[in-house]
Amino acid sequence: MNRLVWRRWKSRIMVGLMIGAVVVAVAPLLLILGTLVARGAGSINLAFFTQLPVPAGETGGGVAHAIVGTLLMVGVAGLIGLPIGIGAGMFCAEYPKNRLATVARFVADVMNGTPSIVIGVFAWTLIVAKQKHFSGFAGSAALAMIMIPMVMRTTEEMIKLVPHSLREAALALGYARWRTSLSVVVRTCLPGIVTGSLLAIARVAGETAPLLFTALGSQFMSRDLNQPMAALPLTVFTYATGPYDDWHRIAWATALVLIMVVLVLSLLARIATRQRFDVRQ
Amino acid sequence: MTATQADREAAPGTSAPEVALEARAFSFSYGPRQTLFDISIRMQARSVTAIIGPSGCGKSTFLRSVNRMNDLIPGAGYQGEIRVAGMSVFDPSTDLVTLRRQVGMVFQRPNPFPKTIFDNVAYGPRLNALVPRREIPEVVEQCLRQAALWDEVKDRLDQPATGLSGGQQQRLCIARALGNRPEVLLMDEPCSALDPIATQKIEELIFELKQQYTIVIVTHNMQQAARVSNMTGFFDAGRLIEFDATTQIFTAPKHERTEAYITGRFG
Repeated sequence: MNRLVWRRWKSRIMVGLMIGAVVVAVAPLLLILGTLVARGAGSINLAFFTQLPVPAGETGGGVAHAIVGTLLMVGVAGLIGLPIGIGAGMFCAEYPKNRLATVARFVADVMNGTPSIVIGVFAWTLIVAKQKHFSGFAGSAALAMIMIPMVMRTTEEMIKLVPHSLREAALALGYARWRTSLSVVVRTCLPGIVTGSLLAIARVAGETAPLLFTALGSQFMSRDLNQPMAALPLTVFTYATGPYDDWHRIAWATALVLIMVVLVLSLLARIATRQRFDVRQ
Repeated sequence: MTATQADREAAPGTSAPEVALEARAFSFSYGPRQTLFDISIRMQARSVTAIIGPSGCGKSTFLRSVNRMNDLIPGAGYQGEIRVAGMSVFDPSTDLVTLRRQVGMVFQRPNPFPKTIFDNVAYGPRLNALVPRREIPEVVEQCLRQAALWDEVKDRLDQPATGLSGGQQQRLCIARALGNRPEVLLMDEPCSALDPIATQKIEELIFELKQQYTIVIVTHNMQQAARVSNMTGFFDAGRLIEFDATTQIFTAPKHERTEAYITGRFG
């Protein structure tokens, strides 16, 4: 066979394989979304967002308590985890050879690979066992512990992507080092840091295991971080493992709401930090 | 001594020409590797000094020592002294921010900030609070005019600087450096990433700017050195081999090594 024809065929086969890989990668995602919508959308109405659950056997009710609980706990976890994670990431990027940075990087990598249930148990020993009661705050702390290493590593990687020439330009203009870091380097890769933070938020919003030992879950509306608190993933867990068909429907619908909350959060942050300038030249 | 000779030739009639930049027995090393040996050079105010020499001869290292950009490199060490704009560069009491404000730098590749054209030029004046805030637009216009860029960008100051062409970006970087009202402008191969037309524009600009600023330009292009500079220094293997009036260097160099380099026999 002509070499050129063979090469063209090789190229086609490779492209075909890659398209196949993309399809296989995306298919489960679409299947999950499709199943959630098919099974859950029917149970979703206004009451589902605004009302509390009703006793088993009755119809109606909603998961307002879990929506509020998730937003509160994830919000507080973000307030704790994001500044620490971003700050630590900046330090590691600014002083890459520093001993503390090397240790922090290693610990973060180990933490990123730690099963979240271990974090949950740790938060239980640290907070719940000491306070002798479950609380939303303990849940937030556990979620923050999951966020910190994720955010730290992505922040560091994003900062490293900023061309060195930009840093030099700012320094040569008489910028102090901290100011160069903040107003030029971090400013330039801010969209990347926001995306990383968002991924971390989305990830912890769906965490169930760490909350089992900390926030516990609740059937009532609780806005007090000192009390046990409901959360969407916990609600999914409780209802999905329950014996009633009605509960299973609620579990599907709650899972759909959880995905929607994460989606809305992502969209908002995307719009807020839409990248106006291309960093790479 | 070639330096004193050069002073006389460049400024006939003046008894004591104003020196803007002076190095005395300056040596520099990265860790155990010494890259500059015993450099002594004097550059007059409002003149253009070209630094030429083969790759790796220490030209850029010297330039980056003047505003202490080499501080970023771990293991950097030095001996001797550099004085610029009345400051001793390596003196512990010298404030790095003040030094770098007085000594602007233009890099090999254009490196505008990913912000608007206006913000790029306003960066220095804003930071260093050189003028009242409301006068910043005037300063920006003045700098862009000095960098011969105003007419091309005056209608799109709020556009991203990264949308400009390479040559325009480099002139923007020059305007940005001028925003600090520096005494000395260091240019590290400012045209090596540009096409001939953009290069010509930058060279014309250098010619204009030397009325007000002291310019040091590192270049690999010997025609460029010959065209834009009053004085030329030839570096080789970390030493300043010859420093003299540009015409002298290019017509009757005193050192064999210089002659070999400018006639293209090595480097």
